[in-house]
Amino acid sequence: MKKLKTLTRTGVLSGLTILAMSSTAMAQTVVDFYYPIQVGGPLATVIEGYVAQFEAANPDINVVPVYSGNYQDTTTKALTAAKSGNPPAVAVLLATDIFTLIDEDVIEPIDNLFAADDQAWVDGFMPAYLASAIVDEHLWAVPFQRSTAVLYWNKDAFKEAGLDPEKYPTTWDEMVAYGKAVTTKDEAGNAKRWGVGIPGNPGSAQWLFTALAAQNGARLMNDAGTEVYLTDPTVIEALEFWRDLSTVEGIHPPGIQEWGTTPSDFLEGRIAMIWTTTGNLTNIRTNATFDFGVAPYPGHPNSASALGGGNLYVFKDASDEQKAAALKFIKFLTSDEIQADWSIHTGYVAPRDGAWETEALKAYVAEVPAADVARKQISTSVPEFSTYENARTTKALNDAIAAALTGGKTPEQALTDAQAEIERILRPYN
Amino acid sequence: MKLSRNALYGSLLLLPAAVLLWTFTYQPILTTIINSLFSTPRGRRSAEFVGLDNYDVMINDPVFWKAMSNNAIYAVTTIPLSMALALGMALLVNSKLRGQSLVRMAFFTPTVLPMVAVANIWLFFYAPDYGLIDQFLRPFGLAGNNLLGTPDTALWALIVITVWKEAGFFMIFYLAALQQISPTLLEAARLEGASPMQILRRVTLPLLMPTTLFVSINAVIGAFRLVDHVISMTKGGPDNATTLLLFYIYQTGFSFWDTSYAAALTVVLLAILALIALFQFGYADKKVHYR
Repeated sequence: MKKLKTLTRTGVLSGLTILAMSSTAMAQTVVDFYYPIQVGGPLATVIEGYVAQFEAANPDINVVPVYSGNYQDTTTKALTAAKSGNPPAVAVLLATDIFTLIDEDVIEPIDNLFAADDQAWVDGFMPAYLASAIVDEHLWAVPFQRSTAVLYWNKDAFKEAGLDPEKYPTTWDEMVAYGKAVTTKDEAGNAKRWGVGIPGNPGSAQWLFTALAAQNGARLMNDAGTEVYLTDPTVIEALEFWRDLSTVEGIHPPGIQEWGTTPSDFLEGRIAMIWTTTGNLTNIRTNATFDFGVAPYPGHPNSASALGGGNLYVFKDASDEQKAAALKFIKFLTSDEIQADWSIHTGYVAPRDGAWETEALKAYVAEVPAADVARKQISTSVPEFSTYENARTTKALNDAIAAALTGGKTPEQALTDAQAEIERILRPYN
Repeated sequence: MKLSRNALYGSLLLLPAAVLLWTFTYQPILTTIINSLFSTPRGRRSAEFVGLDNYDVMINDPVFWKAMSNNAIYAVTTIPLSMALALGMALLVNSKLRGQSLVRMAFFTPTVLPMVAVANIWLFFYAPDYGLIDQFLRPFGLAGNNLLGTPDTALWALIVITVWKEAGFFMIFYLAALQQISPTLLEAARLEGASPMQILRRVTLPLLMPTTLFVSINAVIGAFRLVDHVISMTKGGPDNATTLLLFYIYQTGFSFWDTSYAAALTVVLLAILALIALFQFGYADKKVHYR
């Protein structure tokens, strides 16, 4: 019994100590910062370095960085925390989550926190990036780690097939023609090397299909995130083209091409041209045993791409001090120097023109010209497929793409079904 | 009525377990059932009582029925296959064999690997053209298989992984049971002139029945519980070919944020598991000899 008393006493005492310690920290504003890691490399260390740098300049703010898994895990964690009344002050979440977050009523428009001179800072972002952060004339997020997908091509395979290794395809027709030239088969008629690979698994399909449709001059949804246009002839034509690469032209592997194995397919020489993110550049540069190039997407007739990646969001239920501190931290993270550094570490495409003017990024582009391809593609990029109830509508679109690519339905039938299902899902928002 | 001292002590000793059971099992079950009768709260719209609406939606939801049929196929294939394989492996490593411990370890290895790691290894086994399986089939002119990217084969590809992973785990239980069998019984059978096949059928297998029951319960739970490889390999695709019930619940709850519909789906899963458990403990238990 005596032992128990001592135990309780120590318990109470240590509890008091913790309270005392936290009250000394109370002088600082604590900013919880949730972030995901989606590409390779020791990025947690890089983020922590930025936080330390920011805290040194702002001793009254204590940023607590919390690594939260991939994008979906981070969204799940942030939403769960917000619903239980204890949200992070700031988080990096998918740009496409914007409608979900508005609908759940958990984020604060950034312009509500502005001081007088902040509009000039916003104007420094490239307009293509801001497009996916503005809804109902409010700015709900700040571009942070944005990526775009590009075409990687195997120059040695081109040379072998008698093509000019420096000339990449600029139109769909050229891509098919080059693809046919580089596709090789063994005696049994099995393909040894395919012409082109476009990942079509859930999670990637909607991103690459947004780009394919844009190349055909089509839009998948409206800016308000309440309507989709999947039965538009130009959209159906884009899906038919994707399916025909395999079934008619015979230059694309059958079935669904996996996002995860696509870089290795390219490195093994199994596919001569792949569509994948700029985030894979470092991996492919390190491991390629052949000469390769990076090109903007082809077009029909005009090149276009879709922007992916994450934005910085501020949560509504944080205190006013925390929101002010969060905005300060966001401005620091999106400053030209930090964005240039982040771009070099990750392959993400810096969203401010000023970042590309820094010495560091200029030197990097001189060394790796491929990094500049993505930047040039930004002006012709459209926002990724995104609506209210985004996870559900994206699944409907991805199921349709999978059904068309695997021959379960015709592209027209698959997209008609998806359009009907998405209209049903979006009915409460119209 | 006076409470006896023993009863008091007994209930006090049971209290911690009862509290934990209530907090982590019964209360969540009740909350889930209640939530399934309300609409999902969103931002400014609070939850409203909708009765059986969520269940009505479920009956008309093609993805739910697809998940159910997938899960049925998955259960009736993985359970008997992994159990039969486990028994076979246990009999093999129980006999006098050179390098016995090495073989045991090899059979058990898949079990200790985390499912996510396993899924990533198999992703490359299944990769078309340069994957291990396609390399093996190439000489027979059967190359170019995209097993995970084709709706007809994707579920079977996951079934193979599950059997490969589960069998080693069940083998351990069978091996322990085999070592428990008294040698005198086997000697007696041999003296009577029983053939090895007869010994297996008449002596070994009946004595293994309690273990078989235990393993089968584990296997059934596993068939509804294991979805890590679906998440890391196919995300339920292509076109819902590999959507299992628990994966669909996860997707509905944590990517669509439709928590009340996810609760309704969970109630269905609970009902299925409860029925199976009732059958196993109520009926199959009585059929097992040698308790």
